[in-house]
Amino acid sequence: MALKGNLRDFSVTQLLNLINLARKTGALTIESDGTTARMYFKEGRLLHASIAGQDDQLTAILQKAGKLTPEQAQIIRTRSQVHTDKELGLLLINAGYLSQDDILSSVKQHVLDVVYYLFPFTDGRFHFEPDQLPPADRITVSLDLESIIMEGSRRIKEWERLQEELPDLDVVLKFADRPRTPLRHINLNVDEWRVISFINGRNTIRQIAQHNGMSEFQIRKIVYGLLSAGLVELVEPAEQRRKAAEAVPAGKPAAPVQPPAVKRNIIMRIIDRIRGI
Amino acid sequence: MQNVKIVITGPFAAGKTEFIRSISEIDVVSTERRISDNSRVVKEETTVAMDFGRITIDQDLVLYLFGTPGQKRFDFMWEILSEGMLGFVLMVDSTKSETFREARQILDVFKKYAGVPYVVAANKQDLPDAWSPEDLRIALRINSDVKVLPCVARDKESVKHVLLELLYTILESLEEGVS
Repeated sequence: MALKGNLRDFSVTQLLNLINLARKTGALTIESDGTTARMYFKEGRLLHASIAGQDDQLTAILQKAGKLTPEQAQIIRTRSQVHTDKELGLLLINAGYLSQDDILSSVKQHVLDVVYYLFPFTDGRFHFEPDQLPPADRITVSLDLESIIMEGSRRIKEWERLQEELPDLDVVLKFADRPRTPLRHINLNVDEWRVISFINGRNTIRQIAQHNGMSEFQIRKIVYGLLSAGLVELVEPAEQRRKAAEAVPAGKPAAPVQPPAVKRNIIMRIIDRIRGI
Repeated sequence: MQNVKIVITGPFAAGKTEFIRSISEIDVVSTERRISDNSRVVKEETTVAMDFGRITIDQDLVLYLFGTPGQKRFDFMWEILSEGMLGFVLMVDSTKSETFREARQILDVFKKYAGVPYVVAANKQDLPDAWSPEDLRIALRINSDVKVLPCVARDKESVKHVLLELLYTILESLEEGVS
């Protein structure tokens, strides 16, 4: 049975809930605002997710996870004789470069990044094709949807707050002329340093995210932190693109009406009559 | 002569009029009017007050089927129509997920009107894009003890099945009331 519709009417959270409860197997495609994403499920568990146009080959996933340097990834791309993710994964494990856990945890994080990226979408077509499984050459995981739904719902709230604070990613970042806090007093983590290293007064937040393979949620969170700490400033405010959430009309209050007293034999007579029609 | 009634409700263009037409022994007394707003892209006419069908049970008993108007601006009719009903059928167009939220709201309103038994008819199951009754149950957050039935409103046998299931549900509720 086909499942088609629009996210305006049936949200990503509701879709994942349906797939989870109905223990569905198949592929869910979401098309929204130029983004086409595909997620595969088996008996209600998430196997794989990808966004069209994004490099989701294993090499790119491992680079994004920091398991490969850009140079190593480039060498693998140009010199490797293997053609599929599964073959490459086996090659890296057998050669002792990475463990199976390294690869699976990177793929898992990539799949989660895609799904969490989709949670805030409030408009766009969706389509579920039953019994479709991921391409055989892809490395898949098997993730419990309940915890994803919980985390995704939590992130929507955080996402909404971050979007209000930082609505536009096509804005250039620069270092604050007079930082409120001296850099030496601040402990930055690896991801924050990766962002800092691309701030030059020309790169937009979106470009920095792309350079570092970060999701919008991740980059917003980091930049918001840097802005709050007074370390960086926005060069120029760009147009905000905030979508108005569709208002849900309130239900009409109504006075309860008592049901009529019905006798069993009346219902039996109606049943007999309808059976005979 | 005793009259009893069952109400057929649901969002605009869910198939309520068609449902009553399929089983009524009289031509449905319909108060359809040509649509004068954007809804016209969905269908040319809609029910503005009620549809009205009849099934004579025997010489002492008549069952009336009332279809509620689907458009929101006629919802003042719902409460009037629901008075004294034996039970109701919530019709849902299984191919139009954009109507599911409204279907849920209508269900909540009708449950407040009267604590009578009801079933959900997942209409248009003959169309390729129809959501299955099981998926509709989850989408509409229908409890597991409520029947969500496949339906094709223009097929008399399908309509009979939905009505009989509603009647069995009413019987069960009577027996529970006695026990």
